[in-house]
Amino acid sequence: MKKISTGNKAVAEAVKQIVPAVVAAYPITPQTEIVEQIAEFVSSGELKSRYIAVESEHSAMAACIGASITGVRTFTATSSHGLLYMHEMTNWAAGARLPIVMANVNRSLGPGWNIWAEHTDALQERDTGWLQVYVSTVQEAYDATIMAFRIAEHNDVLLPVMVNLDGFLLSHIMQPLDTVDVGDFVPPIQLPHAIDVKNPTGYGGLTGPDQQFKFRWDIERSIRDSVKVIEATEKEFAKRFGRKYGFTEDYQCADADVIIVAMGTLGKEAEVAVDLLRKEGIKAGSMRLRWLRPFPKLDLKGKQVVVIDRDYSFGRGGILATEIMAQTKEDVFSVIAGLGGQEVTYEDVAGFVRKRRMGEEFWFGVNNNV
Amino acid sequence: MDTIPEIPKEEYILKCTSACAGCSDSLALRYVLKAAGPDTVLVVPACCTSVIQGIYPNTAFNVPVYNIAFASAAACASGMSNAFRAAGKKTNVIAYAGDGGTLDIGIQAMSGAFERGTDFLYICYDNEAYGNTGMQRSGGTPLGARTTTTPTGKTDNKKDIDAIIAAHDPPYQATACAAYPQDLFKKVTKALTFRGPTFIHILAPCPPGWRYSTEKSVEMGKLAVKSGMWVLYEREYGKLTIGAQSKAAIKKPIPLEDYLAPQGRFKGIDPKTVDILKQRIAKNLAKLAAEEAAS
Amino acid sequence: MFEIRIHSRGGQGGVTAARLLALAAIHDGKYATAAPFYGAERRGAPIVSFVRIDDRPIRIYSQIKKPDMVIVLDASVMDVVDVLQGLKTGGRVLVNSAHPREFKGFTSGHVDLTGIALKENLVVAGSPILNTPVIGALAKQGIVSVDSAKKAIREMFSDERNVKAAETAYEEMSA
Repeated sequence: MKKISTGNKAVAEAVKQIVPAVVAAYPITPQTEIVEQIAEFVSSGELKSRYIAVESEHSAMAACIGASITGVRTFTATSSHGLLYMHEMTNWAAGARLPIVMANVNRSLGPGWNIWAEHTDALQERDTGWLQVYVSTVQEAYDATIMAFRIAEHNDVLLPVMVNLDGFLLSHIMQPLDTVDVGDFVPPIQLPHAIDVKNPTGYGGLTGPDQQFKFRWDIERSIRDSVKVIEATEKEFAKRFGRKYGFTEDYQCADADVIIVAMGTLGKEAEVAVDLLRKEGIKAGSMRLRWLRPFPKLDLKGKQVVVIDRDYSFGRGGILATEIMAQTKEDVFSVIAGLGGQEVTYEDVAGFVRKRRMGEEFWFGVNNNV
Repeated sequence: MDTIPEIPKEEYILKCTSACAGCSDSLALRYVLKAAGPDTVLVVPACCTSVIQGIYPNTAFNVPVYNIAFASAAACASGMSNAFRAAGKKTNVIAYAGDGGTLDIGIQAMSGAFERGTDFLYICYDNEAYGNTGMQRSGGTPLGARTTTTPTGKTDNKKDIDAIIAAHDPPYQATACAAYPQDLFKKVTKALTFRGPTFIHILAPCPPGWRYSTEKSVEMGKLAVKSGMWVLYEREYGKLTIGAQSKAAIKKPIPLEDYLAPQGRFKGIDPKTVDILKQRIAKNLAKLAAEEAAS
Repeated sequence: MFEIRIHSRGGQGGVTAARLLALAAIHDGKYATAAPFYGAERRGAPIVSFVRIDDRPIRIYSQIKKPDMVIVLDASVMDVVDVLQGLKTGGRVLVNSAHPREFKGFTSGHVDLTGIALKENLVVAGSPILNTPVIGALAKQGIVSVDSAKKAIREMFSDERNVKAAETAYEEMSA
């Protein structure tokens, strides 16, 4: 049955079908609806999980780690300051090779108190060893959450996965949602290094330089291996449920002269800008980046590239633009837009393309730099 | 209460730890694990015990040990306990943390876990400073004690973590001392019979930190109890029972100076500070005696 | 694409009205999105919600700047907000009011949603429920079908008085 759902409720709906043994979470705007919905599912008995209402996000991730190492499935959700507060533990989760799944509702960072969409929160987690996917519709939030468990728990991956959805723009919008019968799409979790009291082992104790170096490389090796797992999972998902996903969502890219690269809802809105530009005779395309980690090989050869960053690395540049410039020799026009929930319309996006100045950086709405 | 317990011969701390000579944390943990038995997981934050296990790929502990970041022992144990119980397992989950990881950086997660009624045992072994990093002051350092960050002696009092725990009203809490292993064994055994959060606070004299010679750890623990500086008791569903050793100290404590003098950390302590310590001991003993009489 | 902006005050059900309308449009076989614009959540403050209805999937997330229709659930909002801002020439205005309201250059309509809610005793925490009757009024205007409007209301509310209020609004609303 076709339903209508917010992005947040779609995530909760996916979690309900996957049935993690333990959910440990702390509320933060605009993620609250996810944890409220899960708490409701648990209290009504619809979801047979243990819900731990922890006293902080740091403890949320620590509790997920403690639960996960026993070999069970775990989930949490957060946003913005909550994500930053758990930063120590997100590193621990990845280093401990625990397939925890987390929804992060992307939100700006203080000060000041700003609750609206921005990607800098998740991008500050870029180097932790988590896989990161950014979604753009309510349906995709649901589908990606289901797939996240299968990818994270795959024996060739065993790393945590973060599903990112834009605060309010996606977390609170209501769109059609088609739920599926997950069936055996996500097989039972089998953690090879789960705690076994009959075979006592130490976890994460003192580790010398050579061993630590090897463990770091193991994370990198697995995140490289995750490419194939992601591809296979998305292929199987399409086969079973009819919805196709990839590392990017490409729209009118094949014959395009200029390609817009963005993440999240802006990446979807860019498609409307492409339609507008094509009517004007500008051969534009949109490449919405879905997976930031592992970072895919983007086919941008011979194209002009307009990158829209809803984030920034002070003293360096738009984080997505920087990543793309490191990978391709093509000209990039770096647009910084939408920070703190700044309103950016498809007409604005079309304007970025029309007025592109290759090799430059442009802060949308800042007087001296327009 | 005063029977001598049958202490199992099984060892869960093997003979290859990397503890300092005379370490009473190791001594305490040996009896904690004898009481807990093999169906036990230790959750250990950054502390001396993270070092004592040995270096990967070796471990001196014969129960699973999950090492976790400094502030997180109780939160991690909370997730672990819930996961085990969800799977129908009765495995003991013991958070085993130092005074820094309990009284200071870990207090929020611990308070949360106690408030939520987590089914686990939290043990704080207290050597009254950050031992693992070279003896900096903690919330557990007593007034007047020198540490590397209180070079002329601490000017603040020791934080009363037991009162903070009592405010959470757990079914069982106790104090213990590494110098009284039978008492410790009995208390751990008892704590693990309760459902819900339980707490044991162990005084763990530390030769390098307290600056006394390595063979005197047991003696130091006994002097702490006999002087009333450390009080052995247990509180079961709110009912306080003071241990026999501490009852003797309430009746007739040894001079506090007997406890302070052998320790380098109290060298040159101001007599006024000693007076304050004595007054605080007397006040604490009177408070506990009154509580026991009332309950 | 048909774009609707709903003006109300926090707590009056403007967000739920947007959701009901989108759900009814989906039952009509169309694509729809409903998006509240969130500020700090303050009861009584003027708020706006957006509904987009189209025959194709909707890829726009930004606010509606040039609506085809404006709905005003609380006429007092008009004292502090220019509800006609950006409304397309000849666009529609629907105001919750017992009396006719005229807006030059636009197609004006009114219906007494508050009166209908009070008549059906649809009052929660002292506030009349406006979000279900307004769906009836919109069905009369042809934005969604009557069947889909009722289906959407029944999915979200178990109290049949909501359907009754929508039916009354349908009858009282000028086509």
